[in-house]
Amino acid sequence: MSTDSQSTSASSPAFEFKSGVITIPVLNLLSTDIHVITHQLREKIKQAPEFFTNSSLLLDLSALQDQELNLALLVDAIRNSGMRPIGIRGGTADQHQDAKDLMLPIMAAQNSTSSAKQEAPVKVEISTQKIPEPVASTAIASTIINQPIRSGQRVYVKGDLIVIAQVSAGAEVMAEGNIHIYGTLRGRALAGVQGDESAQIFCSDLQAELVSVAGNYRISEDLDESNRNTPVQIYLNNQALIIKNI
Amino acid sequence: MARIIVVTSGKGGVGKTTTSAAIAMGLAKKGHKTAVIDFDVGLRNLDLILGCERRVVYDFVNVINDEATLNQALIKDKRCNQLYILPASQTRDKDALTKEGVGKVLEELSKTFKYIVCDSPAGIERGANLAMYFADDAFVVTNPEVSSVRDSDRMLGILSSKSKRAELGEEPIKEYLLLSRYDPKRVKLGAMLSVEDVQDILSLHLLGVIPESQSVLSASNAGEPVILDENSDAGQAYVDIVERYLGEDKPHRFIDEEKKGLFGRLFRS
Repeated sequence: MSTDSQSTSASSPAFEFKSGVITIPVLNLLSTDIHVITHQLREKIKQAPEFFTNSSLLLDLSALQDQELNLALLVDAIRNSGMRPIGIRGGTADQHQDAKDLMLPIMAAQNSTSSAKQEAPVKVEISTQKIPEPVASTAIASTIINQPIRSGQRVYVKGDLIVIAQVSAGAEVMAEGNIHIYGTLRGRALAGVQGDESAQIFCSDLQAELVSVAGNYRISEDLDESNRNTPVQIYLNNQALIIKNI
Repeated sequence: MARIIVVTSGKGGVGKTTTSAAIAMGLAKKGHKTAVIDFDVGLRNLDLILGCERRVVYDFVNVINDEATLNQALIKDKRCNQLYILPASQTRDKDALTKEGVGKVLEELSKTFKYIVCDSPAGIERGANLAMYFADDAFVVTNPEVSSVRDSDRMLGILSSKSKRAELGEEPIKEYLLLSRYDPKRVKLGAMLSVEDVQDILSLHLLGVIPESQSVLSASNAGEPVILDENSDAGQAYVDIVERYLGEDKPHRFIDEEKKGLFGRLFRS
């Protein structure tokens, strides 16, 4: 028994690399005064401790415009407040060096050039958003539907749409944000219908009649056979609709 | 309180009326007082399948318009004293049905009956909508072919959004799949969708499979619900369906091709 399991563990892969997209809060720094930052941050955390405590955090230094900042002290202060910085974005070369010393990854700035992206050995895409106001956190409207969407039914939501069932042929789901379908997609799915080009569609089995992101669509006939009947991620890259197996 | 069952499909010719007659007769034979209503106003068929076409005096529309009482219009079945039929009007059309009128009739029937089976017309218009509006349970009759499956899917969407239960935010209608005219031989050849294919598309609880059978046609022509033909496989399938609906645990039959015995194989032409 033991030899069996040893041989399989040696021959089968112990891990696999995958790219993933997560949404995390970004702390857009407007001041270098660590005391002020810490004080204001603690006030925010007090308002919604469940939301902020142990939450990952990306530090955005691009608004500081090359001002001096003691990154080590700041990271320490934030950790003491209960949040977990996981990287920085923007900032000067010195600050990048500080981040490396602190073993914090440096993310590409928002309007990065393609060369900056190529530097990263493993591409990790992080879509970001401003820290939501505690009251506004309920306004990140996701709609969850847990029954099948049948032929002839139409669903339109303002935020993200999450369907924990199938979307039948002849049904139509539309979202101004992203669409997640944890079932077979046989109907039509249109994400970013108000023009949000960063919207994406995820589904666990693609058999769609039509998929569209911000008006860029593809019909069933034009789907690549390798994408059909598989879990996929659908997004826009320079106005081109990319369908990728996940 | 009665339980209201709608037999529906979207598509025509899949076996709604055959199923309504069989299910109603099956429930009545189990000792439950059952009424079956023909909602197909203008294309009256249920009375023929149940063999009571010669006894129709008043109909559903007469009752809705207060031209007759419910008791005058209900026809008692001669074979089973627990079964009553409310026939449709042949001279009117579906606009004669109103939501208030149908509601009133169903409410009155609910006082004395245990089950009310509503035989829906094809389509998704007024007649079909009113047949399903007040339902507690829906039997969705589907043939193993793509257009029937898609129409059933459409009907399921309507059941979950336009019924009284949906409008009032009550517990949704319980939906059951009845796969009719199933032929395992043709499924094996790839010429027909399989039970799994249909269930995959509809994600619906399977109540039973009714095999394609000559006995259905001859029973219809004779005005005898096929469920009374104990020798036919379709009749047995309906008996199973009624018993499963009533909560008995019966294994599914007629899904796989029957294995032929030695003699069957020897004498097969």
